Amino acid sequence: MCKRQGGMDYPARVEVLTPRSLQEALALKAERPDARAIQGGTDLMVELNFDRARPETIINLNEVAELRGWSRENGSLRLGSGLTYTEAMEGELAGLLPALAEASRTVGSPQIRNRGTIGGNLGTASPAGDALPPLLVEDAEVELASVRGERSLPLADFLVGPKRNALGEDELIVAVRIAPSGSRQTFMKVGPRNAMVIAVCSLAVAADRERGELRAAYGSAGPVPALIAAPLDERATFAERVAGAASPIDDVRGTAAYRRHALRVLAARALERVLT
Amino acid sequence: MRIELTVNGERREADVWAGESLLYTLREGLGLPGSKNACEQGECGSCSVLLDGQLVCACLVLAAQADGHELVTVEGLAEDGRLHRVQEAFVDAGAVQCGFCTPGLVVATAALLERTPEPTDDEIREALSGNLCRCTGYAKIFDAVRAAAAGGAS
Repeated sequence: MCKRQGGMDYPARVEVLTPRSLQEALALKAERPDARAIQGGTDLMVELNFDRARPETIINLNEVAELRGWSRENGSLRLGSGLTYTEAMEGELAGLLPALAEASRTVGSPQIRNRGTIGGNLGTASPAGDALPPLLVEDAEVELASVRGERSLPLADFLVGPKRNALGEDELIVAVRIAPSGSRQTFMKVGPRNAMVIAVCSLAVAADRERGELRAAYGSAGPVPALIAAPLDERATFAERVAGAASPIDDVRGTAAYRRHALRVLAARALERVLT
Repeated sequence: MRIELTVNGERREADVWAGESLLYTLREGLGLPGSKNACEQGECGSCSVLLDGQLVCACLVLAAQADGHELVTVEGLAEDGRLHRVQEAFVDAGAVQCGFCTPGLVVATAALLERTPEPTDDEIREALSGNLCRCTGYAKIFDAVRAAAAGGAS
């Protein structure tokens, strides 16, 4: 009925619902399992603007206070799924989760970081999701909720394939829970420039002296970001191990061979950073 | 659906298609074409606006998400008919070539100086990394940002 962006005639049947509480949001998702959730919109809006998605119902989570910010609970951290990259880069949280802060700073631009959220990164579940490797090396758990109740699962189990996750159709991503390791950690990303880049490949590395363990997680080098762990004293072979564990493909952003090579280089550099 | 929001200090209402972007609403519904429409995917920054004081790409905000919120567009930077000091600085430095990226850069610069009144070159670079100038006029743009910062500090 109305001429809209791109001069296309759009069906009038799009409805945006804006719940004011988590309970209300979960009730809406249960009623309309096909609804797409929108928080920062940095992924979904591109789909809408380019007519790649035409959901009948969009649930706008911006007004759900329970999803915002972060808090401490019994020594662990609870990052609301609406935590923005800008918030993850700043203040005390950046000190508690330094690799996540570094990764967040590489996401898009200030405009994107002010809107994009950790929950959105989990929902999109891209192999290139920048927040995912730092969360993996910190053994993050993903908290999901529905009207049926809450459940929590390790991030590694949540990511089931390229752009696929374990979210049930009536569920929403509520939070990420982390017991910060306090380890030296870093994040590195390869791309044609420092901003506005989808990772050619990326790597988070933590040297956890308490557990006597090196942990690394790569992005954009396999169907899902994945974790590799080794004893702390196996530093000499760790970079090779990281490169060997990845299963990259050739695509528009780079070749599999380049990605594997770059991971080896990144791992060696990251170890320098976290072990000296 | 109908949304209600504050735009440049004024209460506005707009009838929007529920799937449209805030950028579309601004340009086509509210008669504010200063925010430019180029990439529609958050890559170019031409549609930068301040949503509740935060720099965002209007193309990546669902119009319905702005309901009840406060927006400042490039049209809202000038006060009492006087250009904002960032706008002045862009004019004085000749930091405008084709002009398409200028509104977004001006808004992004205003947001930067609000937070960081005396930015280093690295801070300018990072703050403006989401705004592309296809004419590649970055040297003059940097001059303008530095001049605006100096003007604000004095």
